[in-house]
Amino acid sequence: MKFSDPIKIALRSLRAAKLRFFLTVLGVVIGVAAVILVMSIGASAQALILSQVEKVGSNLVGILPGASEENGPPASAMGIVTTTLKNGDLKALRQKANVPDLVAASGYVSGSAVVESSGESFVTSYQGVSPDAVSIENMEVSEGRFFFLEEEEDLSRVAVLGSTRADELFPNGGALGSTLVIKDIPFRVVGVLAARGSSTFSNPDNLVYVPLATAQKTLLGIDYLNFARAKIDDTSHIDRAMEDIATLLRDRHDLEDGEESDFSVRSTAQALEVLGNVTNVLTYFLTAIASISLLVGGIGIMNSMLIAVNQRIREVGLRKAVGARPRHIMTQFLIESAFIAGLGGAAGVAFGILVAYLASVIIPRLGYEWEFIVPVSSVLIGLAVSLSVGFVFGLFPAWRASRIPPIEALRYE
Amino acid sequence: MPLISVKDLCKTYENEGVRTSVLHDVSFSVEKGEFVAIMGPSGSGKSTLMHILGLLERSDCGTYLLDGRNATELSDDELAGLRNRRIGFVFQAFNLLPKTTVEENVELPLLYDEDPTERNGKRVAAALEAVGMTHRAKYFSGQLSGGEKQRVAIARALVNDPDIVFADEPTGNLDSKSGLQVMKILQQLNDAGRTVILVTHETLTAEHAKRILRVADGRIVGDEPVTNRRIARDGEVTLK
Repeated sequence: MKFSDPIKIALRSLRAAKLRFFLTVLGVVIGVAAVILVMSIGASAQALILSQVEKVGSNLVGILPGASEENGPPASAMGIVTTTLKNGDLKALRQKANVPDLVAASGYVSGSAVVESSGESFVTSYQGVSPDAVSIENMEVSEGRFFFLEEEEDLSRVAVLGSTRADELFPNGGALGSTLVIKDIPFRVVGVLAARGSSTFSNPDNLVYVPLATAQKTLLGIDYLNFARAKIDDTSHIDRAMEDIATLLRDRHDLEDGEESDFSVRSTAQALEVLGNVTNVLTYFLTAIASISLLVGGIGIMNSMLIAVNQRIREVGLRKAVGARPRHIMTQFLIESAFIAGLGGAAGVAFGILVAYLASVIIPRLGYEWEFIVPVSSVLIGLAVSLSVGFVFGLFPAWRASRIPPIEALRYE
Repeated sequence: MPLISVKDLCKTYENEGVRTSVLHDVSFSVEKGEFVAIMGPSGSGKSTLMHILGLLERSDCGTYLLDGRNATELSDDELAGLRNRRIGFVFQAFNLLPKTTVEENVELPLLYDEDPTERNGKRVAAALEAVGMTHRAKYFSGQLSGGEKQRVAIARALVNDPDIVFADEPTGNLDSKSGLQVMKILQQLNDAGRTVILVTHETLTAEHAKRILRVADGRIVGDEPVTNRRIARDGEVTLK
């Protein structure tokens, strides 16, 4: 028996049962394609989320009140109000001697309130920020100006509008110089921002910006910051700056050595990592679900091979009569199922990539920046799993076939 | 030394608790180059006897020496090897692989030959030539008539150059003309020195052999040479 003979035997058998062969392959194709598709779309979605976060800037550091685990979110991110971060901390951060790499820092507070303009009222979110927010958030003022640090310090009642909010509050234009009433307190509009586009988590174009201290004292009646953001001069200085910030704040908060910090300092890079972890888990989860269809494909192979064994009892008997040994029969059926699985795997990879590509053509038309990504791992997993599925699920039918006694087989009607 | 020598063979089947004795105390021998017809009515045990002689089935007791080797002591793999190289089968129902070409059907035993050194397409061609089926080599088995199918089956039985050809009711599914052709080929094989063992229930068919073993109720009840042997010639003799 030549090396190629078992393959020749198996292929001739498959050729003799084309429809069954095609349908079984189809089952594997769907399973593998589902795995490829899910892994590809997961990778693309991850890239989308990460790119949106990166838009915020990779040289930003967030300072959040409350302690947190290394990779978990701080308490404030869960909606728990923590009041440990104060305006004094912000001022100290801005002093060059404390954090030499820091170029801008802003505190953030936010709330929502009924805002009236020219007799109409809207429920609107507002944010109290420092003038440094312009540089931190890459804001662009399209009309007028942003407010000054002095205006923040003397609690000026001035406001800057996000582009969408300006259109809504002043549909006929003329926002600049008009008066807004927030919580019955009049604010003068000094500027309108250019549109920035929504990011994953919020739409800054809908906000009303007021000076930080004004928001704290006049609108919210608080003396703490929801959080602060600092811009660092260079990405390579982020770690050093974060350390400086932590040292400064620990000192200001009178924390002893070994005592847990009552604030958290986070970089965008860390946020990316956390988000990356979350989307990874999601992708694995979806892949596991898609793998179920591969399993079903495998059971399809077993089913089809068992039918084949039953249909071909006479054939097996004949093969044994002319000298086939049990292992020849076993090999033949195993090669058949491995071939079904291998072909299904290859076609499934191609089909999955095709659908992922189509998705990458369609999704951008819905307004998302969608990259076409096919992880190499997904192709390897798809092929490896389908081949082993073919082997494992082919084993039992092949073994059954090899056990058929030659004479039983020839007698079988 | 006889090619086939059996002594006190017996075989019992058990089917859903019912034991049926199919063969008992069967003893005889066949020399190389003989043409033996095993004859008997259906249910007499003749097919079972052929299956045991053809190493498709094991007897429950007795001894079977094939060319001096005790077949009852051989492993399944060794039996498969002997079937492959020393035995050719022709079945009543042809048992060709469906949707497979004539050539590929004939090649089948060669694919299971553990020692393929002398194998080549020439052997397939020679076997098809011997049964006059060269012109149908590329046809699929389903495209052939019954007589052609049986000739292909004979070519398959010949391709490994076996010592013995077993034919189990080879004419049973054929019209008399085709049956005659098949008998003619078997006689030619025997004339060329091959041992042929034919199983049939038809006297006319059996009379193409040189010796008839009569089987009834699982025993050998007669063993005599054919005195007035029929020679199959195209169009001269009918089988039925």
